[in-house]
Amino acid sequence: MTLDISKIRQDFPILEREIRPGVKLVYLDSTATSQKPVSVLAAMDEFYRHSNANIHRGVHVLAEESTAMYENAREAIARFIHAKSPRQIIYTRNTTESINLVAYSWGRANLKNNDLVILTEMEHHSNLVPWHILAAEKGIRLEFIPVDDQGLLDLDVYRNLLSQGPKLVSFTHMSNVLGTINPAADIIKLAHEAGALALLDGAQSVPHFKIDVQALDVDFMAFSAHKMVGPTGIGALYGKTELLEAMPPFLGGGDMIKEVKLRSFRPNDLPYKFEAGTPAIAEAIGFGAAVKYLEGLGMDAIAAHEQEMITYALERLEEIPGVKVFGPVAEKKGGVAAFTLTGVHPHDVAQILDSLGVAVRAGHHCAQPLHEKYNIPATSRASFYLYNTREEIDALVNGIYKVKEYFG
Amino acid sequence: MDDLYREIIIEHYKNPSYRGHLDPNDISFADNNPLCGDHIEINLRVDDRGSVSDARFDGHGCAISQASADLLIESVIGKSLEEIKHLNKQDILNLLGIELGPVRLKCALLSLKVLKAGVYGLGSASDDLLE
Ligand SMILES: Cc1ncc(COP(=O)(O)O)c(C=O)c1O
Repeated sequence: MTLDISKIRQDFPILEREIRPGVKLVYLDSTATSQKPVSVLAAMDEFYRHSNANIHRGVHVLAEESTAMYENAREAIARFIHAKSPRQIIYTRNTTESINLVAYSWGRANLKNNDLVILTEMEHHSNLVPWHILAAEKGIRLEFIPVDDQGLLDLDVYRNLLSQGPKLVSFTHMSNVLGTINPAADIIKLAHEAGALALLDGAQSVPHFKIDVQALDVDFMAFSAHKMVGPTGIGALYGKTELLEAMPPFLGGGDMIKEVKLRSFRPNDLPYKFEAGTPAIAEAIGFGAAVKYLEGLGMDAIAAHEQEMITYALERLEEIPGVKVFGPVAEKKGGVAAFTLTGVHPHDVAQILDSLGVAVRAGHHCAQPLHEKYNIPATSRASFYLYNTREEIDALVNGIYKVKEYFG
Repeated sequence: MDDLYREIIIEHYKNPSYRGHLDPNDISFADNNPLCGDHIEINLRVDDRGSVSDARFDGHGCAISQASADLLIESVIGKSLEEIKHLNKQDILNLLGIELGPVRLKCALLSLKVLKAGVYGLGSASDDLLE
């Protein structure tokens, strides 16, 4: 099945926007955050207009409705990643908070001085800094699976590291800079054989291709709604039930308790144990609408479309003299093209593209160590999602030629 | 757009007049823009009356950050350290002759922050120095 992109684009009103008079938006920054379809906007709007109440404790109609909508969204998200139970889906603010939850709760309870955590050189800062903090606090050791010149992980080094008896392997499913899709199932299987748990950063994979957490046998997975046509302010942590149950709570407060005495508390059951305080209710409902939207199109069709986009983009970008695209060949990556243009700083590239309505990102994309590895301070990054077209890639390429004219 | 990349900016970016180092120097300071990794170093020579007798900058970054550094360094030669302490955001915008949004403003102002932190003898270039 292929997607009808022009029909899909009608679902995203922002794509009609003129950035300045006569200049239409070409949005190539979905890796940072995706645009939102009307069904997601409507779900949140409808909640506020019609059902808004705080969840769980109320017995009035609005509270009942709000609670049901909030929990239905959780079920939809669980189904979307093929979790056994919605109780394994913990709402967080985003991927970053999900990873921090594991580091603070599981990490503090289970890691001690000299324990090894394996990460990779292509991690987003959100999967580095929580472990740096734990290293400073507990003296855990960090080792990194290196990235080779093509942007692929060196699994031989990984196998060697595994012989040191790591406690956790935490890695990104897809790089937000190189676009590399890592062989998650193999990495997780090897981790388990070595007695380690595996945490998957799904920020860039869950939005773009079908994920089955049971087939992957992953222990934890973090992802954000805003990168998968949902709202900001909501994300999720998936975890294996027995792990989540054994973990101490993260934040303390209302909703996460079963019983509170003046000097003690008993934590609530899953998933509420990890959801302290009034959550982002409307956003959770928007998250539910987002996964339904993606399911309606079909994740395989979305992945196929993005593969077509990146194949075409690489072909066009590589024909431009002075452009260097980072990361592996199209078949091994998702819809991300981070590039440099000789003699022009990525900020200037992005600025001139912006004048043509083409929105790309410039900087280190929260992956500074990776940029250091490749000896570049920054890249420009174009990224593609279900609503992007070949014409938009042409606009990007024409824009880069314009940049060259300016700086020629 | 044509505004933002006015010829003067492209010219100062491509052919800066004051890129380099002074050795010896009286004041030397460097810092980064953490957002985008732009880097600026400034070297100043100061005479007995407290005026800048010579100045240079070095670093890397976008056209806006490097051109504004070149223009700023050009403008401070002959100025007293007291005068430099009073330079602010608007002085940089006047030198560049353009309006800038909040993101690019950071690029344009990096050299001023570094210069003032050096003149004040501070450990890092903070935003407080721009007022
Ligand atoms: C691979 C990866 N991990 C984590 C994150 C962090 O996501 P969030 O900012 O939603 O927490 C991102 C976002 O850019 C990402 O691309």
